[in-house]
Amino acid sequence: MRRELPLAIAFIAGVIFFIAYFIPHPPFNRFENWFSDWFAIVAAFAIWLGALNLMKISFIKVIRKKSDWLHALLIIISFVIIVVIGFYEGYRGLHANPPFSFRDPGTAFDWLYVNVYSTLSATMFALLAFFVASASYRAFRARNLEATLLLLAAFFVMLGRVPIGDVITGWLPRAYQMSQWASWIMNVLNTAGQRAIMIGIALGLVSTSLRIILGLERSYIGGD
Amino acid sequence: MKYNSVVTARFAAGWGCLLLFLLVSLFSMPVLAQEEPVTVDTESLLVVPDSLPLEYYPLPPSNVRMKDVPNDAGGSLLIEWDLSLDDYEGGKVKEYRILRGEAAEGPFEELGSTARGTASFTDNQAKRGIKLFYKIAALNYEKTNGEFLWKASSESDVAGPAVSTAQWFNLSRLNIFIGIIILCGAIIYFITAAKRGKSFYIRKIAGIEEVENAVGRATEMGRSIYYIPGISDMDDVQTLASLTILGHVSAIAAENDTRIDVPVSKSMVMVTAREVVKEAYSKVGRPDSFQEDQVRYITDDQFGYAAAVDGLFVREKPATIFLIGAFFAESLIVAETGNSIGAIQISGTAMPAQLPFFITACDYTLIGEELFAASAYLSREPKLLGSLKGQDLGKAVFLLAILIGVILESFGVPVHELFSVR
Repeated sequence: MRRELPLAIAFIAGVIFFIAYFIPHPPFNRFENWFSDWFAIVAAFAIWLGALNLMKISFIKVIRKKSDWLHALLIIISFVIIVVIGFYEGYRGLHANPPFSFRDPGTAFDWLYVNVYSTLSATMFALLAFFVASASYRAFRARNLEATLLLLAAFFVMLGRVPIGDVITGWLPRAYQMSQWASWIMNVLNTAGQRAIMIGIALGLVSTSLRIILGLERSYIGGD
Repeated sequence: MKYNSVVTARFAAGWGCLLLFLLVSLFSMPVLAQEEPVTVDTESLLVVPDSLPLEYYPLPPSNVRMKDVPNDAGGSLLIEWDLSLDDYEGGKVKEYRILRGEAAEGPFEELGSTARGTASFTDNQAKRGIKLFYKIAALNYEKTNGEFLWKASSESDVAGPAVSTAQWFNLSRLNIFIGIIILCGAIIYFITAAKRGKSFYIRKIAGIEEVENAVGRATEMGRSIYYIPGISDMDDVQTLASLTILGHVSAIAAENDTRIDVPVSKSMVMVTAREVVKEAYSKVGRPDSFQEDQVRYITDDQFGYAAAVDGLFVREKPATIFLIGAFFAESLIVAETGNSIGAIQISGTAMPAQLPFFITACDYTLIGEELFAASAYLSREPKLLGSLKGQDLGKAVFLLAILIGVILESFGVPVHELFSVR
């Protein structure tokens, strides 16, 4: 039963979704929303599983003084601060006149969100620029024919995307200037390659979905 | 005295004329309104109605007709009409207003408006199965600073009733239905053939071939393996495909007695991944080696997760890293960090925008469909391999369709509509 029930649910849900895509008549047109709502409900409960797991592992690390236990302590402190402030602001907002949300501008929760969370996220995202540079440096070395082609394509695209590209090739007719080369590489070669990959992905998705619906693929529930 | 009486008489005559004028005006107004075939919106008029000459009123639109919007769940009607003869550049029609009622006699409510020159409107608020009547008003007006100076409208005849209905099959998706039936038919055929014992040739996928070597490397170096299943939740097929691969990788790691860590960014993925890894350990006879904290939740936040994973990589220096699943902007941040610590990295994703980053930063990359084929490839189960063969046949059919389509379109035969998805 531990195996059969999830397989049966997967089969029924899969078949219903397949049918609902082609039948606009009620109640089939509502299935997607119903399932989305249920997924959101289950995910909302599951978030506590995640949060509790994080706390449990962090507490164990701190108590047993495992390696990096200071990081774990920081996680616990951050977690407690944000939860306490969130609940406090929520309580204050409920009893205020007019009432406000704990996320409204001016609340301590919002201050933490804007000044701590957002800035840290932006910092991580900004690191991408440096990683792109280091990855490009490695990728654009002309080690073999493919890498040389990649280097040439990158050269034309990068130069074509900045004004100096057209300045250098300004003596050529407009259709042969660097920006046009870059556009051609992106719109023809790159798009063709991306579409080929997309077709493969779509077929793979259908195949995997069918294997799951038919119960042939069972690894996601722990195997046979 | 005589002067006074004359003044009084003139005063009385003056008032009498004024009263007579007002009375005539008062009684003549509704008579005029009844005679005219048009209506005037008196509420927002700043000029008295009778001061609007007849030439201000546009000719009404005609031939109002409705039809049910096809391939929907009901609740939509397409209303079309013939344009007013005054609808031309500089003509009297400024816009059309669409009026709807549940009886021919009214009352009618205004649904919306369309610009001059437009002869159709879709009513998306029609109640399914209810008879509805429509009329269209052509509107002429003058505005100053967004305020109406005057408005004059002429309404068409009432048209109807019309009823919106729900359809049992979306015919606009017939092409997808046929495509899926062909593909599913091919897959099921090859699965059945595999069940009967037929063997298939499957080309080697370098990334999957290297899984055992990558795990073996971690064993030899005495370091752990990190498996990152992406940042999507369980509703993404990529995550499901990733978890099936995780099962195989965990089994190999358990056999080699090498620790595998799975930090995840979604609670539901944590629960499922934990079950998958636990089963894999049990399957190879090492259930006691499994520890719950091997699969742990980090955070739902994209960059918070990337930062945590980067930190783990740098501090624990795993020998092997698997980055398999749905990745977004964090892909290169994580992959480059893995590369910088010298770990062997096997990645796989069906996100085309992230593939170049993985190819650049990782040793092996499962490109798109290879991610979905990996589970079947690793298990070597005939039924699953059969499904891959069916998938390949589907690909051949689509390639043929693309080739024929390109040739036909090049010769001016319009076939692209057959393949458009709505």
